[in-house]
Amino acid sequence: MLDTTRSIETPEGIELSLRVAGPVVRALAWSIDMGIRSIVYSLLAVLLSYLGELGYGIFFIAIFGLEWFYPVVFEVYRQGATPGKRALKIKVLHEWGTPVNWSAAMIRNLLRVVDFLPFFYGFGLITMIINQDFKRIGDLAAGTIVVYDDEKIKMVTLPVESARAMPVSLPLEQQLAIINFAERSPQLLPARKLELANLVTTLTNSRDEVSVKTLYQLANGLMGMNNSTNQIAN
Amino acid sequence: MKQHTFEQSHQPQWDTLERWLNKIAQQEAISQEITQLPQLYRQVCQHLALARDRHYTPHLIARLNRLVLRGHQCLYQTPIRLFSQIINFMRRHFPQQVRQEWRLVSLASLLFFGSAGIVFVSIQNHPDLIYSILTTEQVHEIEVMYDPQRERWGYNREAKSDFLMFGYYIKNNISIDFQAFAGGILFGLGSLFFLLFNGIYLGSVAGHLTDMGYGVPFYAFIAGHSALELMALVLAGAAGLKLGLALIAPGRLTRLQALRCAATDSIRLIYGVAGMTLLAAVIEAFWSSNAAIEPLIKYIVGNLLWLMLMSYFLLAGRYRAT
Repeated sequence: MLDTTRSIETPEGIELSLRVAGPVVRALAWSIDMGIRSIVYSLLAVLLSYLGELGYGIFFIAIFGLEWFYPVVFEVYRQGATPGKRALKIKVLHEWGTPVNWSAAMIRNLLRVVDFLPFFYGFGLITMIINQDFKRIGDLAAGTIVVYDDEKIKMVTLPVESARAMPVSLPLEQQLAIINFAERSPQLLPARKLELANLVTTLTNSRDEVSVKTLYQLANGLMGMNNSTNQIAN
Repeated sequence: MKQHTFEQSHQPQWDTLERWLNKIAQQEAISQEITQLPQLYRQVCQHLALARDRHYTPHLIARLNRLVLRGHQCLYQTPIRLFSQIINFMRRHFPQQVRQEWRLVSLASLLFFGSAGIVFVSIQNHPDLIYSILTTEQVHEIEVMYDPQRERWGYNREAKSDFLMFGYYIKNNISIDFQAFAGGILFGLGSLFFLLFNGIYLGSVAGHLTDMGYGVPFYAFIAGHSALELMALVLAGAAGLKLGLALIAPGRLTRLQALRCAATDSIRLIYGVAGMTLLAAVIEAFWSSNAAIEPLIKYIVGNLLWLMLMSYFLLAGRYRAT
């Protein structure tokens, strides 16, 4: 498998696909979290310095708590994402696709110190590169994966055209190609559209703009659009 | 069925599921209708399967995939009942886990206390040995710390308040325990290092101070928190060794599977270790350092704590088989 999609099977017998997050995006998320922690430390240092020794004591406890438990608490109570991960739209899940529990979050974050060895996540990076799910040592031991948290997918509208029936019966892949062409038309440059449409002149019996238009009509027909409602709802 | 008809007839269900999942994610008030969630979710699962089978467009499949994934995560997440879990853990699971791992706990104790004992005895016979283990400055520092002439013992205490040391102990000691655990994944070597290093350090400090005749301040200081703190390090080491052992001798499992089983078991020891070290830090900062308390009382309390801790590990959470 060359792509980064992994499928998991649910108890309903459905296969779901997840996109695994790689080292770069995870390193960036880590830097954001590191930045947040550094800001908190500096603020605490300034505020607590007024309290004298009591303040130093609290400061030590805060460092301990934030260094070890900052990721754990966010991953357990904030749907698997620390603020850094949230900013980059990635999150931690169990391998079977459910949110992490305390044990898994603790294991993967305590073992972070080993991933950090020999310097700056050396072991972690090597481990991530040699296994197919980009897992660092902590992920391997805890059975967790870091995946992209897909945003709500936007509504797609086919270009408004009246539906037209297929003149000939085409194999499934070719039918799908026509629908995909229509769906992706807003992202294609006009010249590219013409170029693609001119590849199938035998189907459309026309060239250039007319050919594009005919393909839209065929796509609408394949999707089962009526002439009255030309939009896929949501 | 054409895709358009399919979408039109099921869109309301997809919208409803999306709305309920949003409500649950944002922890909004949930009405009675939410009891229909599993049913609705399974219907959408079926829609996804149909959409795939009928080769509907990738866009629709992606939309349904995302919806089902969210539903799956919502429906099959483990509920977190932190409070009752902590109570149960202290009453049962922690001592049970310690007993279950008695072999590794014994091994870790042997490594830690054994190395401490050997160094202690060696220093009694050859007092100069301390300078091969610690630097001259370290030795001097320790001597100043536990000088019987001083009022308060341990870590240059006169200038700093108890709470400062409390914070310091928490940060320092629990971090050491966590590292001793995590280091175990390097085929046990990290845990071995932390157990032996700390054992040798303890043995040399105790040996040297006893040899100097500074025994009373030192033992009075460590008596109170020794049970919790030393056993916590031993357990952290044992938990780490378990990780290493799973990689060295995975038995009938693959190394990865063995590591996972070992990690799930040993993380329970680590929860206990963190609790024990926290308690030890309280005792160390507010009781052990109090020079107003007679050394004799400190010894008695320290031994009582050892006794209590051992009986907790041996006796708590035992039930007659039914």
